[in-house]
Amino acid sequence: MKLSEKWLREWVSPSASAQDIANKLNLAGLECEAEPLHAALPQGVVVAKILAASPHPQADRLQVCSVDAGTGAVLQIVCGAANARPGIVVPAALLGARLPNGMAISRAQLRGVESAGMLCSAQELGLAEKSEGLIELDLNAKLGMAIDDYLQLNDQLLNLELTPNRGDCLSIAGLARETGALYGLPVNAPEIAAAVIASAEQVDVVIDDSAGCPHYVGRVVSGLNPQARTPDWMSERLRRSGIRTIHPVVDITNYVLLELGQPMHGFDAARLSGAIRVRRAQAGETLRLLNEQTLTLDPRDLLITDGNGPLVLAGVMGGIASGCSAETTSVFLESACFDPVSIAHSGRRHKLLSDSRYRFERGVDPALQRRALERATALVQQICGGNAGPIVEAGCAPQYAAEISLRHSQVTRLLGCEIAAEQVPVLLGRLGIETELRAPGVWLARVPTHRYDLRIEADLVEEVGRLHGYENIAPRAYRAELAAFSPPETRRAVNAAKDALVARGYQEVVTYSFVDPKLQAQIDPNAAAVALDNPIADTMAVMRTTIWSGLIPVWQYNRQRQQKRARLFEIGAVYALDGASNREHTVIAGLVAGSVTPEQWSAPLRPVDFYDVKADLEALFGLDAAQFRFEAATHPALHPGRCARISRNGQAIGWLGALHPQRADELGISDALLLFELDWDALRSAALPAPATVSEYPSSRRDLAFVVEESVGAQALFDVIRATAGNLLVNVQLFDVYRGEGLPIGRKSLAFGLIFQDYSRTLNVEEIDAAVQNITASVYARLGGSVRE
Amino acid sequence: MNASTQTNLDALQQQAQVDIAAAADARAIEALRVDLLGKKGRVTDLLKQLGTMAPDARKAFGEQINRVKETLSGQLEARARAIADADLARRIASETIDVSLPGRGENAGGLHPVTRTIRRIEQIFNAMGFESVEGPEIEDDWHNFQALNIPESHPARAMQDTFYALNGARLLRTHTSPVQVRTMQARKPPIRIICPGRVYRVDFDRTHSPMFHQVEGLYVAENVGLADLKHDLQKFLSLFFERDAEAMFRPSYFPFVEPGADVHMRWGDRWLELLGCGVIHPNVLAAVGIDPERYSGYAFGMGVERLAMLRYGVDDLRLFFNNDLRFLEQFR
Repeated sequence: MKLSEKWLREWVSPSASAQDIANKLNLAGLECEAEPLHAALPQGVVVAKILAASPHPQADRLQVCSVDAGTGAVLQIVCGAANARPGIVVPAALLGARLPNGMAISRAQLRGVESAGMLCSAQELGLAEKSEGLIELDLNAKLGMAIDDYLQLNDQLLNLELTPNRGDCLSIAGLARETGALYGLPVNAPEIAAAVIASAEQVDVVIDDSAGCPHYVGRVVSGLNPQARTPDWMSERLRRSGIRTIHPVVDITNYVLLELGQPMHGFDAARLSGAIRVRRAQAGETLRLLNEQTLTLDPRDLLITDGNGPLVLAGVMGGIASGCSAETTSVFLESACFDPVSIAHSGRRHKLLSDSRYRFERGVDPALQRRALERATALVQQICGGNAGPIVEAGCAPQYAAEISLRHSQVTRLLGCEIAAEQVPVLLGRLGIETELRAPGVWLARVPTHRYDLRIEADLVEEVGRLHGYENIAPRAYRAELAAFSPPETRRAVNAAKDALVARGYQEVVTYSFVDPKLQAQIDPNAAAVALDNPIADTMAVMRTTIWSGLIPVWQYNRQRQQKRARLFEIGAVYALDGASNREHTVIAGLVAGSVTPEQWSAPLRPVDFYDVKADLEALFGLDAAQFRFEAATHPALHPGRCARISRNGQAIGWLGALHPQRADELGISDALLLFELDWDALRSAALPAPATVSEYPSSRRDLAFVVEESVGAQALFDVIRATAGNLLVNVQLFDVYRGEGLPIGRKSLAFGLIFQDYSRTLNVEEIDAAVQNITASVYARLGGSVRE
Repeated sequence: MNASTQTNLDALQQQAQVDIAAAADARAIEALRVDLLGKKGRVTDLLKQLGTMAPDARKAFGEQINRVKETLSGQLEARARAIADADLARRIASETIDVSLPGRGENAGGLHPVTRTIRRIEQIFNAMGFESVEGPEIEDDWHNFQALNIPESHPARAMQDTFYALNGARLLRTHTSPVQVRTMQARKPPIRIICPGRVYRVDFDRTHSPMFHQVEGLYVAENVGLADLKHDLQKFLSLFFERDAEAMFRPSYFPFVEPGADVHMRWGDRWLELLGCGVIHPNVLAAVGIDPERYSGYAFGMGVERLAMLRYGVDDLRLFFNNDLRFLEQFR
């Protein structure tokens, strides 16, 4: 909200610049910036009157005007504006004038006719981005007066961005109260007298829903001059706050809104039928708004209605049928207080923004209505004339917003600093809060109605702190003991896993939790995803069930930018529907593409494969690697021949595999991708290291190659060897896999290096022979594998 | 000793010296050593002849032979060393590489800047006694709003700010405060935690992302007030930005704190709003079963991306989520 500094100063005028006032307000929690109303002011432009206008002899669109610019002489000025006509008062740029856009005015011949200046539009004076025709000023404006003085253009705007609790400052009156409190200055509110009742005309008001509308006052002002126009001083103030002039009555209600903070509404009294009734909407009712939109109302909407039905969506926007127009001669002015929640919901439901809604949903002083009505009445009579009818009132206004008990000890405790007890009533008093000492260190605070945001003791503590100044509260160093904590050593840290992958060349990425449902259905068709009710885009509409839904697009994005290789990982949550509810758990996922190492000079590049990535995962498993198994299985996203289900102690915890060729095709991916994803919680537990004694005796190695069927996995051989070797076998390495010449088709040879060792002695050949014998016999018996000679 | 023996010895020595000089490798040296000085070597043979000599001649000739033996032994050794030195020099020359060729193998990977920033924040607060706690991202209305004293009418609850799911029964948390709520429900004061994590709001432009990261913090104990908050956050900012941070605490409004504040930090000639904070609202404490008359506390929240942008001079929030490797690799 923007307000004029000059206007504020009529109410309260600290001896400080607009910038300083803005800073002071900022420090008190009211975000405010001061900015000049205009970067440049017109020079040499004065108020002038067109005395006569005749057509230009050489140009259809131009007129030659005789102008009185208060100089004592009649000036001849050529003008192209369509509204130039005798009798109007307009700004005239005289010879030597300079307009804000830099244009200098000098004597000119326009199609052979001399012109001693220029009559100006709002755009030419920098008052509007775009405008048509001359600005028409009040007819009683003083001729010859500099336009910047007349319109008070040398002004600053206070641009306020208030937190939602400070609706009370959304007006000159509110801002003046706050400024006065901060500077310790009294506020000079304009005198508002009750109107003289000169007419008996009235419209009755009934409130059906007093929770929605606790207070409503209204009055008819009749006999208005329909030709009246909004005076320049008022339209200028409205313009400074970004409000266009529309109709004198509408402009006056807007003015009172800016001045006092009370949103009002003016009905054309001739268009009302019967009593005003404030009620909730009935199902199926409709209302055509001022913006020509027709609403279908919701039974929760609060309405202003008359005998014919809905007139206004209460506190949000008026209807087009009952508003004021150029024919209006009698107006019914409404000044009411509505429940913020109800207004917020109606506004939100119908997606309607208005200055009225903005204020009502933040709260309006519940005792302001009568004062605002009298103010509007006075302005209507001043501008449009007319006779005021009696005020009709429904509901009532409270005397105080709240009565709150305030303890000095709480001020000390919550602020963490000592503010003298006698200071507290002084500081609160500046905000109009009355305090009464009820016991030593305990006050009863009576909060004025405009501070409806203050409800509890802590609210008052904040006010004390605010006026004392947060900057004056000294930081207090630690008083409590540090509560030492340390995560268990047997729980792998996320950071450690990240570091392990980074050390192996992986780049961490962070992708959105919401993904493209189409892509996700392709790679994880069996998972039930949580869909968003209000996604921001179709491609961000469901929660990911696998991080692959995020990693694959990252690869595509980078591939399009000439990246040929990637090792990506992400640790984060995945989400799934679980009946009517949802589940989420953390996974660690990766995508690997391209060559096994970056391009280099000494060896040909080999594409990365399953086993390269498997080694990365085994490094992650660390000491617990023996608990993990990779077993052939199928996953919709993965190549059926290159896909492993990973389990830990028999429990499935994730997948590693190459992207399914068909998926790759569908996704337009031509590179071989390897993907992994593991449940992080299942990965987390880590054995506490329990090292065995290192043997001082030599070890012996025997190499054995077994010929087995293709279908026998290496894991099976490892298992049999380990299970049958006895405890002298300390290590076993697979060092060769061979197929081809010398072996029958469909068979392969796997060569193992077996390391035997004992902790207490050197082993003899017979013992090792016996162990090897055992192994070969078992491999033959269980797997049909024979030793390759 | 006779003349012929003497001549033999001289000839042997001369010939031996020629042979030693001509020896090309360690093996030739060794062969010469055996031939001359070995058990059956020629010099050894001469020594054996001493027994047949007259005692006076024996002494003189013996000394002479021994001299020759020592000389040849020394020459053999010197020649052997020279050959070894030459061998080594050749080997070194043949093994010399271009040390300027690039190293080979895997490059280092890197952490995402968001992770890097969260880690720094965590390190500082962990050292100040705050434990890191995490919680669910899909939340319910009570934990995300109601327990935090965010009334039904609060603008933040409008559809344009919050992502909803399951027909409004669930929402994506709009801050990590629900983790604070859950922790306060589960533990007894004193509680000192920070909650890093993803949060979601319906907003998408150069400075807003529908998903971003927050670290929120909480300290609940007896007699915790605004003065403690000022101290701890000032300390944090100074440590995070590695300078004496000039911070301004300005009153502000968040439904879950009272008194509330914004923290601004001087950044050149500007003041930048960096985080929101305040003394925990008594309604929040009451909602999680902590007696506000006995305990008080403070809470704060900061946007990780905002801190990262300032710290590393990044001007477009979207860069963090495009995951362009050319951007990410600059944080290795």
